Amino acid sequence: MTADRSPTGRQMPIELILLRQAASYLSIPVWLADEDGDLVFYNEPAEASLGRRYEEEGALAASELAETFQTRAEDGSNVLAEDLPINIALNQRRPDHKTLRVRGMDGDWRVLEVTAFPIEGQAGRHLGAVVFFWEVDR
Amino acid sequence: MKVTFWGTRGSIAAAGPQTARYGGNTSCVELRTAGGGLIVLDAGTGIVSLANGLDPDTARIDLLLTHLHMDHIQGLGFFGPLYNPDAEVHIWAPPSRSRDLSERLSRYLAPPLFPVRLRDLPCQPTLHDVPIGRFELDGLTVQADLVSHPYTTLGYRIEEGERSLTYLPDHEPALTSAALDGEPAWISGLALATGADLLIHDAQYSDAEYEVRVGWGHSSVNHALNFARMAGVEKLVLFHYDPVRTDDDLDALFEVELARESVEFPVQPAREGDVLDV
Repeated sequence: MTADRSPTGRQMPIELILLRQAASYLSIPVWLADEDGDLVFYNEPAEASLGRRYEEEGALAASELAETFQTRAEDGSNVLAEDLPINIALNQRRPDHKTLRVRGMDGDWRVLEVTAFPIEGQAGRHLGAVVFFWEVDR
Repeated sequence: MKVTFWGTRGSIAAAGPQTARYGGNTSCVELRTAGGGLIVLDAGTGIVSLANGLDPDTARIDLLLTHLHMDHIQGLGFFGPLYNPDAEVHIWAPPSRSRDLSERLSRYLAPPLFPVRLRDLPCQPTLHDVPIGRFELDGLTVQADLVSHPYTTLGYRIEEGERSLTYLPDHEPALTSAALDGEPAWISGLALATGADLLIHDAQYSDAEYEVRVGWGHSSVNHALNFARMAGVEKLVLFHYDPVRTDDDLDALFEVELARESVEFPVQPAREGDVLDV
């Protein structure tokens, strides 16, 4: 018996579908990334910093995502891409939290608490990552 | 494939003269392959009738469970082949990282809920976690995916050659796309159903009932129709009826819901004993 994932058509895993539903009701920015790091959903509060509307432009490829943001540590020093919470969740399959200075497509610098969790489904499936943002007033 | 419906009811068995036409047993569908193989979809109370007609020399039985809600496993304890030491029964169920299938089934198949422990069944069934994705089973290609229903629940697409059947008895795709007109990739179960020759789908509620049962894991008849339309299926079988509905209630529901808009594919409400060729 062999098992592989080759669905009849493109189908998001139910875990991502239900997380999207929850995210769409939250007032804090949330990203959902698939296992390849593509941003397959971002909710309305996340749209300003991304400079795009999900309903109009849809998903954002991982390569585009890297070009969309400038990121610094809280003290202004550089942060390696591999040390960003989303990449730790995706590549190391563990949660991560950092306070970051982020400039998005709207040009504004923000101080954000960023928490990323890997999305681990049943049967050992690594499905991507969910990232929560919390803007800090300082 | 030949499909026989042994249980069409949802939630709890509803036996009695008022449910005799559509049937009162809970979910159980028999699938016979061209080669004579036997696949059983869910082990609701309908599985008892299925077992009564089985050839005792049946070589192998593969029982594919969509999930472990009681209405889908209640017949297990009364499934005759499990008491036959010579029977080869394989039970397939959704995977879990926290409890193996034996432990999960033993919550029911053990005292005080049931007098016989799973481990004491003479047949000693082989238990499997269903792989998410595609796998081969008795000459069939089975595609399994998790779908929108409380507790880990699978839907199945089963293909034999060019023919395909999709089984989504407990499914609330509307929860993942309110109007069922969103992006297809984000609609639960749609890839399983796309282009299927036969779709067996949850039709527990009317639209008005659904409005006060959002998140309970089921669909209205209208949702089933819209989902089938999006999937482009050849035929839709309505399934998993609310246990409070009598046969007359179901007739009235289908008369209203199926007349509401033009349906461009055949729709058949399942009745116990129905046999379909796919």
